[in-house]
Amino acid sequence: MATLVVHEQNPSPVEDAEILRKACKGWGTDEKTIISVLGHRNAYQRKLIRQAYEELFQEDFIKQLESELSGEFEKAVYRWILDPADRDAVLANVALKSTTPDFRLLIEIACVHSPDELLAVKRAYFSRYKRSLEEDVASQTRGDLRKLLFALTSTYKYDGKEINKNLAALEAQVLHELIKEEAFSHEEVIRILGTRSKAQLVATFNCFKDQQNISITKSVVGDPDDAFLEALRVATRCIYAPQKYFAKVLRNAINKLGTDEEALTRVIVTRAEKDLKDIKQLYYKRTSVSLDHAVANDTSGNYQALLLTLLGSEDH
Amino acid sequence: MALSQDVDAISLSFSGFGVDEKSIVTILGKWKPEERKSFRKGCEFFSNDDDRHFEKWNTDHMAVLKREFSRFKNAVVMWTMHPWERDARLAKEALIKETRSYDIIIEIACTRSSEELLGARKAYHSLFDHSIEEDVASHVDGSKRNLFVALVSAYRYEGSKVNDETAKSEAKMLCKAIKNAKTQNPIENEEVVRILSTRSKLHLKAIFKHYKEMCGKTLDEDLEDGSSLEKAVQCLSSPQAYFSKVLSASLKSGADEKTKVALTRVVATRADHDMKVIKEEFQKENGVSLSQKINETTHGNYKTFLLDLIERAA
Repeated sequence: MATLVVHEQNPSPVEDAEILRKACKGWGTDEKTIISVLGHRNAYQRKLIRQAYEELFQEDFIKQLESELSGEFEKAVYRWILDPADRDAVLANVALKSTTPDFRLLIEIACVHSPDELLAVKRAYFSRYKRSLEEDVASQTRGDLRKLLFALTSTYKYDGKEINKNLAALEAQVLHELIKEEAFSHEEVIRILGTRSKAQLVATFNCFKDQQNISITKSVVGDPDDAFLEALRVATRCIYAPQKYFAKVLRNAINKLGTDEEALTRVIVTRAEKDLKDIKQLYYKRTSVSLDHAVANDTSGNYQALLLTLLGSEDH
Repeated sequence: MALSQDVDAISLSFSGFGVDEKSIVTILGKWKPEERKSFRKGCEFFSNDDDRHFEKWNTDHMAVLKREFSRFKNAVVMWTMHPWERDARLAKEALIKETRSYDIIIEIACTRSSEELLGARKAYHSLFDHSIEEDVASHVDGSKRNLFVALVSAYRYEGSKVNDETAKSEAKMLCKAIKNAKTQNPIENEEVVRILSTRSKLHLKAIFKHYKEMCGKTLDEDLEDGSSLEKAVQCLSSPQAYFSKVLSASLKSGADEKTKVALTRVVATRADHDMKVIKEEFQKENGVSLSQKINETTHGNYKTFLLDLIERAA
């Protein structure tokens, strides 16, 4: 369930645009207003606000924000205000451009989204970068990691609930044999993960657990620095239990000495309108601390205020 | 009319591409029992060596007849079907029928636009409850698998922006891969597969141009004849030349069914797209127009239907 709190009665997009304009113009910026407006609007409403702002003031609201805000707060607002598909395209491009591409993000986009959502991300990527997502994934990665990432991002999986139980049992067996031999990057592993539908893979992973008494993620073990193994684990987690995966990302982001704001922002901004509530529950179950509390302790200022608003925190 | 002339006309109407329905109706419909008996006794379509000495229709020829009568029906169905459903069904058939024709998969993956290929993949979901890449991955094995899965999964950028520097360096990579063909089959070279399956078609044209400047020959000349890689490159660099070749092969005398069936497919799938250019290529390659060749080689409603489809493009 979503954590975003959207009130029943809202000002019209035009009114919102005017309020935001006032918050940005003049000396300094009224961040609180920005947070209280944008933090309570869903993707469609945010889009209408951007359009209204452009029509009323002949300026791009996003550019305005970029010039008025700074730091982690600015990054978070920028990501929040974009269309979900556009946002993921931007995140993917950022991930790919860095010297060691952040494959976690790419796998999240490929495995957690539905096939049509992934398609929307690819289209947004065309628009923004004049290249296909797959082109860039393929040219910026190498070796086994490339095989896996390319397979996961280029596929357009079957979206339905139909599964073949025999096939699931068979492929669970195949995966077990290959994992036993530590042939983790074998073609068959990549074929199965990269082409089978989500429903089919869940059935396969369940068969695996039934057959081997251990979840598939836990059985992919080896050198902790091996990036490919980590990618494989991320992929299986995202397919099998995405909320648990995100709760873990959040735990790691907050536990560190210093906070991993990139990851914290990413999870909260991308899941607030989807399943952040479930993720919060899993977070609490695992740490006995509410996510709101943990975020409040670890962050400050406007950045904190925005995150807490998106988390649906009570006084925000 | 002399019986022997009629017999010749009927034999002709039953043999070859499609069936001459008109002759069958006008001539055959008029024959009395004795004339039909004469036909059976003298005609190669029947065998008389049964123990009980009756003139039996050869089972092989029955099969041929069934196929030829269906040709018109197949053309009509293929023409009327939604292009996405059509491509999805063609792909499925190419994977599972006994006469495995993986070429068709390359054809579909490389000559359709990004949205058309995507549509075919959606249709495939609805029709077969699997994704096309699942089925391709589980049916095609060995060194071809990676290329095939990558090609059907492609969702290429279709805009006009091309980075010429990248095109040059990727052409160089291809040159190198071809030079090393003896040590590693280019189809197994990850970079080759990456370039061919992810780059936009305009970008690929730029790469092929640079390749020719760097290595002297065009890329498909340097690839093994008849290989999947060669076909993919042909489909990506000049689909019309590729289709013209397929048509030439299908219209040659003595072509087998697998080759013949391409005639219906190419005409039905390209009539609304680039048939005009395909016709020009055909004329260049064969010295005769496509319409003329079809007129000479095919019969009946099938012939009329094909000619109409081709003429639309004029």
